[in-house]
Amino acid sequence: MAASPQQNSRAMNNNYDGFGVPLILPSWIIIGFFLVVPVAMMLMYSFLTKEFRGGVIWEFSLAAYDQFFFDRGLFGDSPPVIEWTYISIFWRSIWQAGVATFFCLLIGFPTAWFIATRTGRNSTIWLFLITIPYWVNLLIRTISMKFLIRDNGPLNEFLISFGVISEPFHIINTNLAVQLGLFYSYLPFMVLPIYAAVERYNFALSEAAADLYASRTVTLTKVILPAVKPGIVAGCILVFVPSLGAFLAPDLLGGAKNFMIGSLIEEQFKGNAGNWPFGAAASMILLSLVLIVLTLYARHQARGQR
Amino acid sequence: MMSEKNLDLRYFTGFLPLTLLCLFLLYAPLIVVMVYSFNDSNSITRWDTVSLRWYYDVFYGLEAPKFKAAAINSISIAIMAATSATIIATLAATAMLRAGRFKGKSFSFALINLPLMVPEIVTAVATLIFFSAIGFTTGYLTILIAHIVFCIPFAYLPIAARMEGIEGVYEQVAQDLYATRLQAFRLILMPLMAPGILSGFLLAFIISLDDFIITNFVKGAGIETLPTAIFGAVKQGIKPNIMAISTLLLVVSVGFVALSYFVGQMGEKANPTTKPKGD
Repeated sequence: MAASPQQNSRAMNNNYDGFGVPLILPSWIIIGFFLVVPVAMMLMYSFLTKEFRGGVIWEFSLAAYDQFFFDRGLFGDSPPVIEWTYISIFWRSIWQAGVATFFCLLIGFPTAWFIATRTGRNSTIWLFLITIPYWVNLLIRTISMKFLIRDNGPLNEFLISFGVISEPFHIINTNLAVQLGLFYSYLPFMVLPIYAAVERYNFALSEAAADLYASRTVTLTKVILPAVKPGIVAGCILVFVPSLGAFLAPDLLGGAKNFMIGSLIEEQFKGNAGNWPFGAAASMILLSLVLIVLTLYARHQARGQR
Repeated sequence: MMSEKNLDLRYFTGFLPLTLLCLFLLYAPLIVVMVYSFNDSNSITRWDTVSLRWYYDVFYGLEAPKFKAAAINSISIAIMAATSATIIATLAATAMLRAGRFKGKSFSFALINLPLMVPEIVTAVATLIFFSAIGFTTGYLTILIAHIVFCIPFAYLPIAARMEGIEGVYEQVAQDLYATRLQAFRLILMPLMAPGILSGFLLAFIISLDDFIITNFVKGAGIETLPTAIFGAVKQGIKPNIMAISTLLLVVSVGFVALSYFVGQMGEKANPTTKPKGD
């Protein structure tokens, strides 16, 4: 046969050549019509006028974005100053998501490393143990966390009965509780990509470093970390992005004082605020933030491949 | 000597305790709730004796009809959403991996994964706005449609991974023996794909069963799925029956994932067609 292996293998994957479009069409239609179009409509809604108690009036308005960024006084006629309420909610969300990501990395990296360096079946079992909790309903996991860390919950009871503390340790409805909840929600997302990266890591590099008298710490920071960096970055993104828009952890664990973006948006549609254009605008801003993060990530990836 | 050194270099002090800590953190809350679901007491704080009282309450208590209706909605939606998503994802995987080049291929890959990239709360808002704008009454059908959308990428991942592992030569041989393309697809590719398709279905099923945020936005008044019913109940404080329901749901989820995992493993072993490594 004259065909080179490359051509041959490409030919093998072309059994349904010419049917690509009809086969992919259902996914285009469903995702296009029920996700892309809705997001476009949401963008449009963010420029409409609000109707009280939800819904919109079809009149162009920048009121939603104006309300987000500027304060024009009680009657709306004062010179605009920057409105910090919503910006600080976004800032708090970024901070909370960042802290959760940091702690996930702190625990996730050693875990992923440990699992990836087990041999054969052992590593599969460890990995399975890490992934199981992810498949348990997020709501149930968050409720479990709330139950555990309540003021008179099992954690405090345990600590008090062993004399570690005398007063209940107040975690619930604090920033710490939200960080803990986010950490708990997305920890497996950190472990899995780092695990994949460590598995591909060539241990000859560690040996070379050791032969050249590098200490363990130097080997870790100068050789291993750079080599598995793509996995670490992917893990951070996978934890940070969903944390940013999380609703359950801040709502159930954070209470009213620790509002995050998710709760702010929910309030506009399900709660009492009932300002749809504002909710749409806040969602657009969140989506833009996420897209910025993902674009930076894609760029970083592309640079790494060259 | 070499291997000893190798082993040594893989070892870092403190990584084992940190791994155990990680597992402890992941499991402790779940185990605590499971244990307390067997508590006989009316209060969630005081430990009484072990009993199945709250499980009895889940099935026959005052709130039983509400949770039963919610469970039926959840399960029926999950089955339909997962089935639709699995069919769509199988066709999409065939297009992406078996149909050569076509217009919009790279764009299609991004589109299939789009539901994973858009934050859930944003999808929820957009879907609600969409249904409201076109004058669609929110309810069972809107939940189902929203679930199909976000189930597609989850079904796609294991299905595509499986299809990548099956060499095209089997379908080609079938076609050389005068099978039509459709026959090759149905009689050769589909049976080989079965484990991948089943694990795609099971993952989509779990994802649908788990969803709270999107469902909460598009469900409308008067209809509940299990997560929204549980969330509503928890707003008034965690009660013992919630812990019993949570434990039941937890067992179902873990059971399904274990099943999906073992089906995948079985497929891997039973199948001689997976590409040999390094070929």
